[in-house]
This record gives sequence, C-alpha cells and structure tokens, in this order.
Amino acid sequence: MTEPSKTVQMALRVNRESVEATVPVRRNLVDFLRDDLGLTGSHVGCEHGVCGACTVVVDGAIMRGCLMLAVQADGCEIETIEGADQSGRLAALQAAFHRRNALQCGFCTPAMLLTAAALLEQNSKPSRDEIRDYLSGNFCRCTGYQEIVDAVAEVAGADT
Amino acid sequence: MKAPDFAYLRPNTLEEAVAALGRFGDDARILAGGQTLMALQNFRMASAEILFDINWIPGLSDIHEEPDCLVIGSLVRYAGLEASSLIERDAPLLSEAVGHIAHPAVRNRGTIGGSLALGDPAAEMPACMLALNAEMVLCDANGERRVPADEFFLGLYETTLRPDEILTAVRIPKARPSQCYAFDEVARRRGDFALAGLAIAGKAEGSALHSVRLAYFGVADRPVLAVSAMAMLEGQSLTAELIDRVREAAIGELDPPDDPATPAAYRRHLGGVLVARLLGQLRERLL
Repeated sequence: MTEPSKTVQMALRVNRESVEATVPVRRNLVDFLRDDLGLTGSHVGCEHGVCGACTVVVDGAIMRGCLMLAVQADGCEIETIEGADQSGRLAALQAAFHRRNALQCGFCTPAMLLTAAALLEQNSKPSRDEIRDYLSGNFCRCTGYQEIVDAVAEVAGADT
Repeated sequence: MKAPDFAYLRPNTLEEAVAALGRFGDDARILAGGQTLMALQNFRMASAEILFDINWIPGLSDIHEEPDCLVIGSLVRYAGLEASSLIERDAPLLSEAVGHIAHPAVRNRGTIGGSLALGDPAAEMPACMLALNAEMVLCDANGERRVPADEFFLGLYETTLRPDEILTAVRIPKARPSQCYAFDEVARRRGDFALAGLAIAGKAEGSALHSVRLAYFGVADRPVLAVSAMAMLEGQSLTAELIDRVREAAIGELDPPDDPATPAAYRRHLGGVLVARLLGQLRERLL
C-alpha cells in the first residue's frame, strides 16, 4: 500500500472463523467487532486506553481494542470474550467470579476475565499483589476490586 | 470520542516507507504501537492527515547483539523487552524499568521506538536511553544517522527526528559485569505517568563508582541529567553521608514545572527521595 486510503479490505480470523471485510480506516478494532460483527461483549468505555473495558486478544496477547485500528488486525487472529467463553478456557474464572460476587453491573467483567486469564497463563500462582498489579489497567466502578482479586486468587489456589 | 477523519498508509518495506515519508512527511504521523498516538487521536488532541503504519515493515522488531552493543529495533514491544534474555543480560536497567510502563495490555502493543520518538517527558524509556548513553538510529531516503540520547530529546514532545525520518533502532552499549543500575518512579496510580522517576546507570570498581548517570524523568520538559549530583559520585564509595549530599545537590539542580496538581517543590522533593532510595539500594548491592 503506497497511497493513502480511507477504506481498506482485510482478512482476519475472529473467534476461529475467517472474516473478510472492507472497513473505513478510522474504525477502531473494538467498534469493528461490536458494530460490524455484532460481538458486543467487548465494551467501549473511555476510548483512550485507560479503562481496559475493550480488552481483546490479538495473536494470543491481550490488547486495548480502542487503541488499535481495525485495519491493523488485518491477518491477525482475534479472540473476544465470546470466543473465549465458548472455548471453555475461562470456565474456572467465570465460576469463581459468580461464586464470589465479583461483578455488579458487569461492564468491566469480560475484560477482567480475559486479563485474569492472561495473568494465570503466565503465572499460575500469582500473589494478591501480583493479581492487583496485573489487573491495574482494568477499571471497575462497582465492586471495589476486593471480590475480583478474591476470585482470581481462588482460581490460582485451585491449581495447587 | 472517535478520531477525526484521516487517511491510512501502510508501507511494506523501509525503502517504501522513507520514500513515502519524503512525500507526505509534514501531513503524516508514524503509527507504531499507537498506545499514545491513538489515544491522542481519539481525544482529538492530535489530528494527523495521514497515519503512517510502520507495523508491517520487516526487520524493525528484532533485538540483536553486536560485539559491544545491543541493537533494539524500534518496533520491539515492551512485552518483547520484558521477555528478552538478551535485554536481561546486556541491558538489565530496561528489564527493571519496563514493568513500570502502563499495564500488560498496553505493554503488549506499545513500542520502544514509539516512546522515544514521541519524547514524552514523563516516560520511562527516554530516561533509560539517557542513563545508558544509547544512540538513536534515524533513517531517511538518503541513509541513516545516529544521534546520542544526550542530543536527541529537545523538549516537550520534541526530538531531533525530522518529519522525513523514521527511528529504526536504538543502540545500547552492553552492560559490563561492572555495570551498576537502578530504577524507580513515583506515580499516583499503578501504571500512571510518573510524577518523578529516576534511571541510574554507571560502573562500579570495587565499591568505587565511575561515570554514574542520574537520568530523571517527569521533572522537566525532557529527561534530564542531574550533572552536579553525578559529579559528586565520581570515584567515590557510597556512604550515608555522601548519599545525603547527593540528594541535596539533586534537589538543588532540579527545576520542575509548577502545576496546580503537583507543586514544583513536591516534584523536587520526590527527586531527592528517589536518588537517596536508589543510591541506598546500590550501596547495599555493592557491600
């Protein structure tokens, strides 16, 4: 691509399905997932990378869906909360969040789950401080975090 | 908010990129990790006509070693620095510093080159480059030039990088076994911008320090060296008394801006706290 353009044709995989689309270059990845593909589990909060509600998994790594253009996902493998849920890989965290009452309104929950899962993949036995540190980029305006940290700690403990 | 309207350009090679930058440079902004630029665009504090996405250019994402230095490609993500055993061995200051940058999801996407090219005065990487005597490698259509960190950062979001140039790599002198280093910062929230931070690198022969560089960030319009405090450390062994004098000197020479949320005196105080804390750590390690 050597000339500037306003729309780009792209091909990617979303939740293990191939997707082809022509998108305006302005569209953020999270807006593309929500508005073009109907995957509304990824939430749009602050739109400047602070709240973490838009967290999605890009080629295996959690990223901010509001700080990436959809066209930049060209050729990538994207997983949203819908795909992660269907795969079953979040089941233990979901059950612990439920048991511990680790959500109220639920707006931050999909991103909390994806972020907590990323932590546990890297470090199966995080301390409470490490959990708080890793989740520090995900805001929750309801619970005060205590129960969220409890839930993640419970799953980490269950690995023993 | 959403970003204002822009066009998007995705060069596939460095040659294509520098040729296009020559044509569009003034209207274009280079998009690397986008963890600051995209936020500024969404806030409409930045409104580039053309976003110039360098993520598809091969060869900018590698870390390799030369006999005396590490060459870190500008597209290496913070998470890549965190995971690199070469960085841990040859530039351990960076391993120490990188965990202070924002949050995991941001570190998975943000790049070292993006941070340096942006020149945010409160960012960690520019101060580390200054502490480590790194060189920036800048490319245009005619070739490359190397600029030492001392000359690269000019002011608030201002560097010597020209609109027709791309920062392609940084060259960091390899840490010798005698290198000593330390890093810390003070921020209001985990992952937030530092109110004040300090990166230290130097040499220790026995307990005597040499060529120690104290690179502060968050206390001026660019990362700055506390030169008079540095001079007091030359050839010396750390004692509680010396650390106290260095702290006084650092406080004396820092000249941070005053803003309503953070008075200059508070940032200056933090500058003193940080240098005393980090030199205290070095002293323990050198005992």
